Amino acid sequence: MAVQHTIPAESARASVFYDPKIRGIFFQLLLIAAVLFFGYSIISNTIVNLERQNIASGFAFLDTTAGFSIIQTLIEYSEESSYGTGLIVGFLNTLLIAFIGVILATILGFILGIARLSPNWVISRIAYVYIEIVRNIPLLLQIFFWYFAVLRAVPSPKNSVELPFDIFLNNRGFVTPRILFESGSGFAGIALLIAIAGIFFIRGWARKRQEATGEQFPVFWTAVGLIIGLPLIALAATGFPLGVDYPELKGFNFVGGMKITPEFMSLLLALSIYTASFIAEIVRAGILAVSHGQTEASHALGLRNGQTLRLVVIPQAMRVIIPPLTSQYLNLTKNSSLAVAIAYPDLVSVGGTILNQTGQAIEIIGIWMVVYLSLSLLTSAFMNWYNQRMALVER
Amino acid sequence: MKSKLVPVLLGAAFGLAAATAASAATLDDVKGKGFVQCGVSQGLPGFSNPDDKGAWTGLDVDYCRGVAAAIFGDADAVKFTPLSAKERFTALQSGEVDILSRNTTWTMGRDTSLGLNFAGVDYYDGQGFMVRKSLGVSSALELSGASICTNTGTTTELNVADYFRANKMEYEIVAFEKADEVVAAYDAGRCDVYTTDASGLYAQRLKLTNPDEHIVLPEIISKEPLGPVVRQGDDQWFNIAKWVLFAMINAEELGVTQANVADMKNSDNPEIKRLLGTEGAFGEGIGLGNDWAANAIGAVGNYGEVFDRNVGPNTPLGIARGLNALWSKGGLMYAPPVR
Repeated sequence: MAVQHTIPAESARASVFYDPKIRGIFFQLLLIAAVLFFGYSIISNTIVNLERQNIASGFAFLDTTAGFSIIQTLIEYSEESSYGTGLIVGFLNTLLIAFIGVILATILGFILGIARLSPNWVISRIAYVYIEIVRNIPLLLQIFFWYFAVLRAVPSPKNSVELPFDIFLNNRGFVTPRILFESGSGFAGIALLIAIAGIFFIRGWARKRQEATGEQFPVFWTAVGLIIGLPLIALAATGFPLGVDYPELKGFNFVGGMKITPEFMSLLLALSIYTASFIAEIVRAGILAVSHGQTEASHALGLRNGQTLRLVVIPQAMRVIIPPLTSQYLNLTKNSSLAVAIAYPDLVSVGGTILNQTGQAIEIIGIWMVVYLSLSLLTSAFMNWYNQRMALVER
Repeated sequence: MKSKLVPVLLGAAFGLAAATAASAATLDDVKGKGFVQCGVSQGLPGFSNPDDKGAWTGLDVDYCRGVAAAIFGDADAVKFTPLSAKERFTALQSGEVDILSRNTTWTMGRDTSLGLNFAGVDYYDGQGFMVRKSLGVSSALELSGASICTNTGTTTELNVADYFRANKMEYEIVAFEKADEVVAAYDAGRCDVYTTDASGLYAQRLKLTNPDEHIVLPEIISKEPLGPVVRQGDDQWFNIAKWVLFAMINAEELGVTQANVADMKNSDNPEIKRLLGTEGAFGEGIGLGNDWAANAIGAVGNYGEVFDRNVGPNTPLGIARGLNALWSKGGLMYAPPVR
C-alpha cells in the first residue's frame, strides 16, 4: 500500500484497470452473468418451445386425479387421489426401501468384513467368495435374479407355505397377521417412548459410574427389559386393547393381514446384499488401518477377542470407515430407482407413470432430481455430523 | 482459464437461443437426411417386432415403410427407434423420431395437451384380460381380488382401475416398465391376470412357456383406437401421415394390391386413376410426387394385405378382421376419397 502512494495520480487511475484484484472481481462478475444468462436462456427457451409446440407445462397437474392404483402405499391413497399424493406415495416407498436397505446392508457388511479377516480359513474364504461374486455382478441382474428366481421357487397362494403364527409365504408375497391397535393402546406407545428415553438415561448414568468407580452395569439387558416390560405393563393396565387381523385365503389371494410384496422383498435383498459386499471391503480396510499394536496392547490388558474388536479396534476403524460408507449409503438410495424394472412403486416408477399420463416430462424429471439431490445431501449431512462426532478428539 | 470459459459459455447460450428456430418442416428434414425415423415398440409380435434376421416387421412397421415409399419410392428408407411406453411421446416431441407408429391409443388428453396429432386409426383395439385356464374363470367379472400384471404409463392401467371400481371389485396392480417383464412375471405366477390391448394379449401369449394353457376372456373393457402420431404444427407432414394411411385403406376398397398396382395404373376407374396418380395431381398437395400412393402400395400392399400378413388369421396371432374390416364389410375402416 505504501508503494501505491508514491505513484503519480495518472498512473494510479490506470492501475485500477490493471489492478489484479479488481480485474479478478470483474471477471468473476462476468462469469456469474454468463452462467445466469446460460441458465436463463435454457429455461426461457424451454418454456417458449413448450408453448410453441402446444405442450402443457407447469405444476397444476399435481392436483389432478391420478386414476391409477399403486400396489404398496404407506399413506392413504386410492385411484381418486391426486398425482401429487401419488408422488408422495412413491417417495415414501423409496425412503422405506432405502432406510431398511441401509440398515440391513450395514449389518451384513460389518459381519462379512469382520469374517473376511477371521483367522478361521473357512470363514474368511466364504466371505471372500461372497464379496467377489456379489460385487462383480451388475445390480440390475441381481434384482432380476432375486425377483424371478424367488417367484418361480415359491408356490401359488393356494399352495402357500404355512409357517407358524398364521404366516404364509407364496408368490404374491409374505403374508402375516396384523396387530390392530384399538383405542387405549396409545398408552403402550407412550410407555415405549418412556422406555427409550429411560435407556438413554441409564446408559449415560452407567458410563459415568463406570468411569468413576470401574463398576459395570448390565445396560443391554436392562434395555431389553425396559423396552419389552414397560409397554407390556401399560397394555395389561389398559386391558390389552389389541386385535389381530388374520390373513385368510379368499378367491385368488389372501385377504386381511399384512402383506410384504415380492417386489419389495427382492429389491431389498438385492440392494442390501449388493451394497453389503462393498461395505464389507470398506470395513476390512478400516480394521486393517488400525495398527496391530493396538490389538496386542488390548490383549496385554486382558481384553478378550470380542472386547478388543468392539472396544478398541472398531472405534478407531470407524474414522476410516465412515466417509466411504456414506457414499455406499448414497449409492444404495440412488440404486433403489432400479425398482422400476420389477414393479416396485418407488418415486421413479410412480413418476414415470405420471409422466406418461400427463406428458409433462420436464416437470417430473425436475421433481426426481430435486428429491434425489435433497435425499443425498441430507444423508451426507447426517454422515458428516456422525463423522465429526467419531473423529479423533485431540486433547 | 476463466477468460476462456466466458466466451465458451456465452457461445453455448447464444447457440441455444438460435436452436429455437428449428423444426417445422419435417418433410424437408426427412428428405435432407434421406430416411424417415420411425418410433416403434420394443417388440410386440404382429405390430413391431424384429424378426430372426433383425429386420423389423409388423403392421406398425409396414405403415412406416409405406410412408418412406411414398416419399422416397423406397420402403427401406426408414430407420426404426424402439421406444418404451414411457419414452414414446417425449421422443416424438423432441424430434428424435419423425413419426410414432407404436400401437398408441388415441385419447383426447394425448391429442390436445402433448403437442401431438393422431393421423388416424390403423387398428381398432380394446383392452382384454388373459388368465390361466386352470383358474376356471370365464368372465372378467369373476376377477375380484385378483393380482393383475400390466405395463406402467399406459391407458391400460387406467382402464383396469376404472373397470374394477365400476364393478366394485378388489384388485392388486403390478405394473412393470417393459412388456417383457410383464410377460415374465405373469408366466412366473406373480399375477392371476395379464391385461393389455386384446391384440397385445394374442401377441404376448406366444411368448409364454405354454401358450395353450391361457385364455383371453371375452370382455373388452375399453376403446383403444391405435394409430400413428406426428408433432403438432407441421400440417404438411400431418397430411402425409394421414393420407398414406387413407391410401392403404382406399386401395383395399378399390382392389388395388401390391401385386397388381402396376397394372392398375392403366385402369379406367377414375377413382383408381386418382389414387395412383395417373389422373390429377394430388401428390403435389402433400409435397410429394403424384405416384406417392402407388409407391406406398407397391412397397407394402393395401391395408388388408398388411393386416393379413402381420396379424391375420394365417399368422401365429390369428386375429380376425372384426372391427378392422372395411366399412363396406361391416368394419370401421373408412377413408375419405382421393378427389
